[in-house]
Amino acid sequence: MAECHPVGFRWVMQAKQRGATIIHVDPRFTRTSAVADMHVPIRAGSDIAFLGALISYVIQNERYFKDYVLSYTNAAAIVSEDYQDAEDLDGLFSGWQEGKGQYELGTWSYEGSDAQSRDVHNVPESHAEKAAGFQTAEAKTHATDRTLQHPRCVFQVLKRHFQRYTPEMVEHVCGISQEQFNRMAEFLCRNSGRERTTAFCYAVGWTQHSTGAQFIRSCAILQLLLGNIGRPGGGILALRGHATIQGSTDVPTLYNLLPGYLPMPKAGKDTSLQKYNENYTPRAGWWTEFPKYSISLLKAWYGDAATADNDYCFTHLPRMTGDHSHLTTVVNMADGAVHGYFVMGENTVVGSSNSALQRKALRKLDWLVVRDFSLIETADFWKSSPEHDRGEVRAEEIGTEVFFFPAATHVEKDGSFTQTQRILQWHHTAVEPPGDARSELHFAYHLGKRLKELYADSTDPKDRPMQDLAWDYPTHGPIEEPIAEAVLAEVNGYYTADRKPVGGFTELKSDGSTACGCWIYSGVYANGVNRAANRKRATDPYHYGPDWGFAWPANRRILYNRAAADSDGRPWSERKALIWWDDAKQQWTGHDVPDFPKEKKPDYRASPDSRGIDTISGDDAFLLQPDGKGWLFAPTGLQDGPLPTHYEPVESVIENPLYRQQCNPVRLEYPRADNKMARPYSDPRFPYIITTYRLTEQHTSGAMSRWLSWLAELQPEMFCEISPELAQERRLQNGDWAVVSTARGEIETRVLVTARMRPIKLGRRVFHQIGMPYHWGNRGLVTGDSANELIAFSADPNVSIQESKALTGDIRPGRRDRHTPVSLQVENAPGERLRDLPAAQQRPIGKHHIVAPESKQGDQT
Amino acid sequence: MRTSVTKRLPKPTEWPVVKQLQRGDPHALGETAATDRSRNLAPRTREADKVVASVCPYCAVGCGQLIYVKGDKILDIEGDPNSPISEGCLCPKGSATFQLVTSSQRVQHVLYRSPFATEWEVIPLAQAMEMVAQRVKKTRDENWQPFAENGDEVNRTLAIAHLGGATLDNEENYLLKKLFNSLGILQIENQARI
Amino acid sequence: MANGFFTDTTLCIGCKACEVACKQWNQLPDDGYHFTGMSYDNTMALGSSTWRHVSFIERPAPIGDADTGGLAWLMASDVCKHCARAGCLENCPTGAIIRTEFGSVYVQPDVCNGCGYCVSGCPFGVIDRNHEDGRAWKCTLCYDRQKDGMQPACAKACPTASIQFGEINDLRHRARERVDKLHELGVKEAYLYGEDAASQPGTEGLNAFFLLLDKPEVYNLPPHPEVPTHKGKKSWISAGLAAIGVTALAFASVMLGNSARE
Repeated sequence: MAECHPVGFRWVMQAKQRGATIIHVDPRFTRTSAVADMHVPIRAGSDIAFLGALISYVIQNERYFKDYVLSYTNAAAIVSEDYQDAEDLDGLFSGWQEGKGQYELGTWSYEGSDAQSRDVHNVPESHAEKAAGFQTAEAKTHATDRTLQHPRCVFQVLKRHFQRYTPEMVEHVCGISQEQFNRMAEFLCRNSGRERTTAFCYAVGWTQHSTGAQFIRSCAILQLLLGNIGRPGGGILALRGHATIQGSTDVPTLYNLLPGYLPMPKAGKDTSLQKYNENYTPRAGWWTEFPKYSISLLKAWYGDAATADNDYCFTHLPRMTGDHSHLTTVVNMADGAVHGYFVMGENTVVGSSNSALQRKALRKLDWLVVRDFSLIETADFWKSSPEHDRGEVRAEEIGTEVFFFPAATHVEKDGSFTQTQRILQWHHTAVEPPGDARSELHFAYHLGKRLKELYADSTDPKDRPMQDLAWDYPTHGPIEEPIAEAVLAEVNGYYTADRKPVGGFTELKSDGSTACGCWIYSGVYANGVNRAANRKRATDPYHYGPDWGFAWPANRRILYNRAAADSDGRPWSERKALIWWDDAKQQWTGHDVPDFPKEKKPDYRASPDSRGIDTISGDDAFLLQPDGKGWLFAPTGLQDGPLPTHYEPVESVIENPLYRQQCNPVRLEYPRADNKMARPYSDPRFPYIITTYRLTEQHTSGAMSRWLSWLAELQPEMFCEISPELAQERRLQNGDWAVVSTARGEIETRVLVTARMRPIKLGRRVFHQIGMPYHWGNRGLVTGDSANELIAFSADPNVSIQESKALTGDIRPGRRDRHTPVSLQVENAPGERLRDLPAAQQRPIGKHHIVAPESKQGDQT
Repeated sequence: MRTSVTKRLPKPTEWPVVKQLQRGDPHALGETAATDRSRNLAPRTREADKVVASVCPYCAVGCGQLIYVKGDKILDIEGDPNSPISEGCLCPKGSATFQLVTSSQRVQHVLYRSPFATEWEVIPLAQAMEMVAQRVKKTRDENWQPFAENGDEVNRTLAIAHLGGATLDNEENYLLKKLFNSLGILQIENQARI
Repeated sequence: MANGFFTDTTLCIGCKACEVACKQWNQLPDDGYHFTGMSYDNTMALGSSTWRHVSFIERPAPIGDADTGGLAWLMASDVCKHCARAGCLENCPTGAIIRTEFGSVYVQPDVCNGCGYCVSGCPFGVIDRNHEDGRAWKCTLCYDRQKDGMQPACAKACPTASIQFGEINDLRHRARERVDKLHELGVKEAYLYGEDAASQPGTEGLNAFFLLLDKPEVYNLPPHPEVPTHKGKKSWISAGLAAIGVTALAFASVMLGNSARE
């Protein structure tokens, strides 16, 4: 956190000075470890084993926050008789579908729920909306046991699932000593409860794994057990890495989502608006409001053309037929199925995995549009690359037409960023953009205008969406810059009759009388006031700063803060008071905006006849969940198990010590000649663990830092960090050159030998980890090889995020081979089936619908 | 910088040694040795016509920035002390924002590379916009997919894709998503997946 | 009145915001792009174009009783010390270097002729000549910003308050309290470096002083810095005494010689 979010770390350091304890869990000793009270060095990729052991410690020693767990989690729910755990099936859960490579999710539901009857469980590609935390099943009809003794109640299932996750196991799987583990576990328990809370912060070190979503689930389970969610000083904070990466999932430029986490419709399933709304409107919980949000969105997009009679233009939306994520798109591109590509503010050949495959895909395009500040590697791929160096490709042979548009910076345009705590902040135009540099707002608006003109006279039904598209945005100034606030007003929502802004999402309707571009942002432009631009200094003693920016939803600073009070609505303790029920005023009140219907009494109980918001009981703190509870056991929503389970990374140095199933059975893999993998474990060619990361002084792919002398001088060259022991083993000298290789290829880096990298001891065996920042490419003021040349396409099945934080490789002294084609340097490894149990070995490649044939070895163009 | 030089002999009271002794600075280590430039020194932010509130464009902490502007020039970018998120602080990247936005490394014109060409060429913005619109239309029209193989309605083209960074404004992402989805482009992705 | 810096290295996270904020405000060029292999330090030292410099020390002993595998990574942001008795200032023959109204030591670029006498006068090796224009440069303690009551750019940017700017007496007070607190917390090795004349007679105290966790040498700081002119008075007295002695001796020898001959 100190490394990548130094100013966020300001508050950690202040807390430390007031007596807080900082524990840093990381394979490397970083700038965060330097000021931590405890550094726990962990084998990269083994975090579920570690967190699972913490969960087990809390349960076995009865250190969980009992009242909280009973009130706000699904610990008491009884799980279906048909459910079988990974403990029973050696690493698989019940419902595994041989030959399909995925689970049938029905057996993971609560007993007595109507979940099995809902087709949502049986749709193969259903992970798209699930990933967004969207659940449809599980209302409140299921059986419970509040004594938590029933052998199939969630609490007992959880207990059994993690029983083997012991401190001894942690020592053997993660390389953390039992003593240190116990110290940390004890600290966590002591620092949680009524009077105290513990917060977890994480970043992509947890997500970029083939089990990434389950890493976060493990932490959620632990925090729920300890009563640390929805309370001041608690929570799980995702430290996001870009100015509005939160915003770009809220207002998504993502294939599987519409704004506000509404799912993108699916072919064959969401065939009409009615079906779409039915499929995603649960019987209970806040999402019962779903049709209001979906119809208001369609009104915002298609304006007057959207009417009840034409399903509000619902069929204008394209449909998904599987995984269309970044990695899948790129392999399709490499196979010639994608012809045009827009890349905006992204340097994909440096920042995304398997750079050679990325460049190969770009070479197959008809046209490419890149928008950025300077001429980044992605724009220049046809002119310079390692393939050019090796003489494998020449510009004269690359047919891609490339447009490079200079982009305006944030000081040259109006707009909002949503930062990591969901706060929207507005930035104002300070100066005009130089030359032909323009904002993306300008680009999108004017491109849309031109395309609307091109399609204006068409009679082809396929062009109706473009004709119906509501695209009237006011512009200003000589460059005709669209007025960003007008877009924000549409995002906020308005009454279609008079275009007056709605005050918030509770005013939205499903009858076409309101339009809203992103329901969760509704309220940001209430009364026509741009609340993202609010800049009133925080005067409240709690430092929530309610008048600084706008935190979605409804300006709430802490999500699920109903859980900060007990089931009767009283604060768990005075010290940790946040919101509470005010009996005199008959409403929720406190230091934050309550994340709960304001006048819903704590003792209100929904009845089976309740509908809509009335289905939320007075103690349903997790009001977006259909059952109102925090899920220790996730009956739906995940593709790879209702409980997190330790699987080894797709490339590992060891066999899975816990199960015979080696890897996440539902992982996404792209087995191709241009995406070679090492053996699942113990590949003699790749004996070391590699992990990648950022440095404070550079930013992601370097597009915003390698062209700046003040940053370039601070970290001027690509390097790797290794322990003195590994340096000795491989005769590597500090400051010298080394070649790091994986099955994908090899790169050269400087060597930094440091005691901050420690060999990991797993039982009697010792393993070395190689750390590598990934900021460099072949352009800019400082250049160097890119770590992502080494990383494979393989991903988590829930969110399709690539595994780049744990892989295997080798290192040797010297410089990179500039002559031999990379694809000929390493043969693909056998042992593919060692990743899976026999039942799971028949995984089809077609899971992500890659139909093009495998390209031949050595085919690099 | 403008300096005025007075061509006259100093009065005896203006002689350095007299001043030094009078002002208790016999070795001339302090004020008596200060030049007019030093005496009149002022931070360049004083010259700003306006101070514009902004947000750091790097990570997601969202530190407040103040942009000091004179005319059409940025004089200085530093932290906004009022921000409850950052209280005036910036990390090295945030502190380098001035260089990010004023850098001579920024490209200021549209660059175009035609198929199989070996060099970039500069083309006018309007022409480039029209060319891109034409490319989108052509690719979309030629690769329109009304139905999937199994006959399900899909209304889309898989021949065009988008990958966006997460430093684009919410409003920009909103327009891009709205436009591209309406064109039937499904493969819209961003850094959040990566 | 004197303003200065208190740099509390226990709060430093080595982010180098101070280095960049300084370069930004003062519009300084880079020092070149060299990978040094010395931990995360690639700017190496203070110089004519680097007025804040963060050093990184990997030490095989933890801070206090921290559970960090027997390892500490010490980070410290170095800067011109604006010595109460400044060698550069006293060495400067042109009056280019002055003590400002804020107690800081400031090189006036409109006077400096690049003679370089100041360079040899600094016991810390801070002040440095620019090879292009020949003049001497170093931290100005943001003299221009202070004129408008603004704090120096580095202190403002510092995310963790490792660099604190203020009135020197306040800073001393704060720093001593911090040391006491750290001792209480078991960080017994914490101490102040150069906080006043008593602790560092050779400079008569630093207006930019430090809280350190190891010997000064570990941070590349001299253990007993002394400005060259510090012993000037004593030297003159000794020289005077010596002169008197020699004269007396000569006189005596002449007298004795004379008397011996008698």
